Amino acid sequence: MTLAQTQPRHSVGQPTKHDSAELHVTGAAQYTDDIPEPRGTLYAAIGISQQAHARLCSVNLEPVWNAPGVVAVITAADIPGANHLGGSMKDEPVFAIDVVEYIGQPIFAVAATTMEAARRAAQLAEIDYETLPHNLDIQQALAQQQFVLPSKFLQRGQPDTALQQAAHKISGGFHLGGQEQFYLEGMVAMALPREHGDVLVYNSTQHPHHDQKVVADVLGLTEKDVVIECRRMGGAFGGKESQPSLFASIAALLALKTGRAVKLRLDRDDDITITGKRHCYDIQYQAGFDDAGVLQAVKLVYASRCGISADLSGPVNDRSMFHADNAYYLEHVDIASYRCKTNSQSNTAFRGFGGPQGMIAIEYIMDDVARHLQLDPLQVRRANFYGVDGTRNQTHYGMEVEDNIIHRIVDELETSADYQQRRAAIREFNRNSPWLKKGIALTPVKFGISFTATFYNQAGALLHIYSDGSVQLNHGGMEMGQGLYTKVSQVVAEELQVPLSYIRCTATRTDKVPNASATAASSGSDLNGMAARDAAQQLKQRLTAFAASHYGEETSAVVFHDGEVQVGEQTVSFKELAHAAWMNRISLSATGFYRTPKIHYDPQTMTGRPFYYFAYGAAVSEVMIDTLTGENRVLRVDILHDVGQSLNPALDIGQIEGGFIQGMGWLTTEELWWDAKGRLRTHAPSTYKIPVAGDIPPVFHVKLLENNANVEQTIYRSKAVGEPPLMLAMSVFFALRDAVASVGDYRLQPPLQPPATPEAILNAVQAVQSAHQETA
Amino acid sequence: MSVNGTAAKQTITFMLDGQKHTPQPFAPDTTLLNYLREHLDRRGTKEGCAEGDCGACTVVAADLHRGQLRHRSLNACVQLLATLDGKALFTVESLQRGQQLHPAQQAMVDHHGSQCGFCTPGFVMSLFALYHNQPNASREQVSQALSGNLCRCTGYRPILDAGERMYGYGFAVAADADQAMLDTLQEWADTQQALAIEQDGKRFFAPTSLEALAGLLEQYPSATLLAGATDVGLWITKQHRDLPVIISLAKVAGLETISEQDGWLEIAAAVSLEEAFQALVKHYPQLSELHERFASLPIRNAGTLVGNIANGSPIGDSMPALMVLGARIRLRQGDAVRELALEDFYLGYQQKDLRAGEFVEAVRIPLPTSADANSLVRCYKLSKRFEQDISAVCAAFHIKLDAQRQVTQARIAYGGMAAVPQRAAHCEAALLGQPWEQASVTAAMQALEQDFKPLSDMRASSAYRMATAKNLLLKSLLESEGQQLSLYRQGAQA
Repeated sequence: MTLAQTQPRHSVGQPTKHDSAELHVTGAAQYTDDIPEPRGTLYAAIGISQQAHARLCSVNLEPVWNAPGVVAVITAADIPGANHLGGSMKDEPVFAIDVVEYIGQPIFAVAATTMEAARRAAQLAEIDYETLPHNLDIQQALAQQQFVLPSKFLQRGQPDTALQQAAHKISGGFHLGGQEQFYLEGMVAMALPREHGDVLVYNSTQHPHHDQKVVADVLGLTEKDVVIECRRMGGAFGGKESQPSLFASIAALLALKTGRAVKLRLDRDDDITITGKRHCYDIQYQAGFDDAGVLQAVKLVYASRCGISADLSGPVNDRSMFHADNAYYLEHVDIASYRCKTNSQSNTAFRGFGGPQGMIAIEYIMDDVARHLQLDPLQVRRANFYGVDGTRNQTHYGMEVEDNIIHRIVDELETSADYQQRRAAIREFNRNSPWLKKGIALTPVKFGISFTATFYNQAGALLHIYSDGSVQLNHGGMEMGQGLYTKVSQVVAEELQVPLSYIRCTATRTDKVPNASATAASSGSDLNGMAARDAAQQLKQRLTAFAASHYGEETSAVVFHDGEVQVGEQTVSFKELAHAAWMNRISLSATGFYRTPKIHYDPQTMTGRPFYYFAYGAAVSEVMIDTLTGENRVLRVDILHDVGQSLNPALDIGQIEGGFIQGMGWLTTEELWWDAKGRLRTHAPSTYKIPVAGDIPPVFHVKLLENNANVEQTIYRSKAVGEPPLMLAMSVFFALRDAVASVGDYRLQPPLQPPATPEAILNAVQAVQSAHQETA
Repeated sequence: MSVNGTAAKQTITFMLDGQKHTPQPFAPDTTLLNYLREHLDRRGTKEGCAEGDCGACTVVAADLHRGQLRHRSLNACVQLLATLDGKALFTVESLQRGQQLHPAQQAMVDHHGSQCGFCTPGFVMSLFALYHNQPNASREQVSQALSGNLCRCTGYRPILDAGERMYGYGFAVAADADQAMLDTLQEWADTQQALAIEQDGKRFFAPTSLEALAGLLEQYPSATLLAGATDVGLWITKQHRDLPVIISLAKVAGLETISEQDGWLEIAAAVSLEEAFQALVKHYPQLSELHERFASLPIRNAGTLVGNIANGSPIGDSMPALMVLGARIRLRQGDAVRELALEDFYLGYQQKDLRAGEFVEAVRIPLPTSADANSLVRCYKLSKRFEQDISAVCAAFHIKLDAQRQVTQARIAYGGMAAVPQRAAHCEAALLGQPWEQASVTAAMQALEQDFKPLSDMRASSAYRMATAKNLLLKSLLESEGQQLSLYRQGAQA
């Protein structure tokens, strides 16, 4: 351990408040919709398909044109460049031509003098549809070979033979629901035409460079002609990784067409109807294991509902395959992944990015194995953990797990959460409680950190020191609430040894840092923190060299500390030094850059080292269900999570708690429901139920794993924290399954389907009860 | 302009940041949220859903109510600007005093209660209202006050911490400013004036007397009656409906009355759901869970019990309980008044026994009597989420037993099971005269299949609705035998 790691640091590692906290609570934080509109701004609305699959026989937009306040109406015919949203497959149009493929697909857009006028006008189009057969069902898509991307297969060892030879076997399957991101700030873009036919778009987005490319393509421009800016988002969760490019493109098209600023802000119902969500999956499994529950062979089939186009479905489904192991060594394994085309929203990124779907399958297996052998599921999970002594530590994609700390985490949590004693107490409670039943589960998480598309693992930063010593920081990462701007500012404050108040992190813009990757894959602080550190170190070196020569000392005699710079015997303030450097014509601006080392990956064989490192954690959840109604409550949750050496414990705890509750919502109350015509009927918070304050466990213990530096040389040895905690919520699901199992004396496998709504729980209770009566 | 011969104001005035504020002429269907964001450029208040379900737009309105200053959290997205007349409005921009943050704000900062920050102004405003209404609220009370605020980032724990601890912060109260506000509100309350607003052919009336209301209804029989706007607001924001004439009940003298007389509790048309439920729960504590789980606090603050009844949704949560308690409604058309048993009001899906120009003036609920000592009142709501959700099934039971525990009266009603909230006649008949025990309850559960053929939709399947409708009857038996089977508050004390 280095000296710096044992001493309290100046800025990094402090529980600093979010850099916008005061702005948030006073309403002064500006989101895209809050930016004052230029004079003459128009407001846009999108006309969407009302059929799930149909030929567009005629689209009469006259009534739209004639509506009060309407200034422009555009369709695919008005697109000067390419009518698609980019991506590898170029398979999703901005506006549908000839055929519509889901309810919600954009057909045209209208700009009017007010938002209300635009939205009213958009409803007036007269569209003749010739209805075609539609499908939203994964099994039917499989049967008809309807895919958005080629299927992928990953195999190691001899799964068939090993399965055959295993002492015990189980098989099963379940349907796993998707999830709406439900960022509180809906999609919104405001486009401003500029000279040369250029355009500036304020956009609520996780990936401005992607939007810049798409807008340039759609408008027939080059990337230099388009600037995207975003200071902050009101939540994103993956939902704003690829999808905002559609809204930026439409706003930009209308802005250039009218020569006026155009704002496109989606109504919530339209937002949920149009945009993609977490993929739902059909999962089938077979597993063979020994008397101790050690897996001998696993066969998994993942089939996901991708919607009408590929979008990010390729890497999402890949990540499911990579996370089929969660924290377990799978010696003989066979994984198939099918990316089904359906007449629904094009599913996309959502916190975890396929990882949660991949992992819940193996946890379902662990749960089944334990019940099959009448063992404590924790014992079975432990028996299958990756090894720490160099054995049983290679993943099914060929990467060595070199940083395994799951044993330590689970051991500590088992004790601190009193798992064994509570498990026994719960069994006792259930014996005496005929209607209300309790359940408990401890589940681990191991999550791979890095974009699996290796080229995304790069970042840039831009750092200015001004003549008064104040500092402006800019980087390619996006602030969506996670506190990225705060963490990266802490890194710069640490490097320059100045108070945080000296630093302003400014809005992310494509003309400040070019070619920035999406802020996604939990990588924001890993990548941008390192890029900013690079820039800060360059400036510090320049200032050090300048101070040494200016004050006639060796560079080794220049020490930055707490807003001051010691130069030999002399101490000057950082401000004085900055001013002197400027007067002496020293460049006080630098760009920083970072690329993640060590990673490589062959997409053909799906082998290599796609991840720089793993983040770990574990959770114990205790629940209660009502076997008469299926209602349920999470009573207590204990979490121990690995963030390496925390850059900011307050922000990290916030990510863990928030991710957990979001995952709990995914697996309990959040149900997406399409009707027979293919219309999503849960398209607003009245029908789509994310957790509220009253749903959180009354006992909720969340701790960071201590004395836990990342073995890799990440930014201050921290670890990514955005996504992994979401998967801790699997403990809630398996605790519910444990509670349901109690009605069959823990002998039968409850067919509980996520999300475990009251109805899903009651169905599982009834299935177990009736099977139990048959066997009894 | 006048309302039936009485002088009426043509514009509104409310207090904002300690000043009287009179908006420029505005369209009568302007929502408060749009007014704040588009006309006043006060953009701290956010739109998250425009239907009153997410709370990002929460503001606080203060008024003098029954002689007391009250602060109510409201969803600005579905409140009409015109209804602010005579009140004091607080938005997130109103709270700071100079450099000093309000305790609700400072506690949120100190406990890391914001991440993306978009929902934060709404949470701050809900906490601000709680700060004024409820000294030293418990964690559970904080949680209930926040039932209408969605946060997708934090997982709520730090927000609950902030709510619990905000009372420990000092805050320099400008007493004279508060007194000035009180004086103004008092003056306005004493000189309640009718409103008649017109722009672009759209009209908004707020009469102050029943006579004036009757006259307006006669003049505009197809007018939209407005109480809390928790449903009408969505006609504007979601359906983009033209509402040429809106008549508000809010200022009509007598319609805010809650009275107890001759064994009946009477709740008039403009009484908020929150006040109505407080009055109901005082007599029927068995309804407290339904009260707390009914929509959210901001919706209960705005919406009215009579509005819920008059709206007549098949999934309206108040009706099953009111039906089994024997509630009656009073309908008024001019001077003509008639009374109906609540269950007789609903004729079919969105069809009511309501004549043109007639409105529901009040609901009357019999108070429990000593003869009810052996009677059982239970009410259950099933939904995906406990709070602020719409029922898949709502069930209410009012069972009277004699000394031998024979059922002498069975009143059973369900929501979510049919096109209207409805009594379960076969189920009731199966229980009547039978012993209150498992065997007869099992038969009555079976009888529900003759009463209902529920639909499948996004809230639940037909099979789930039927299965749980039956099981809830069983649950009421089990609970009457002393078991505590509600999960709603499980673990909350811990």
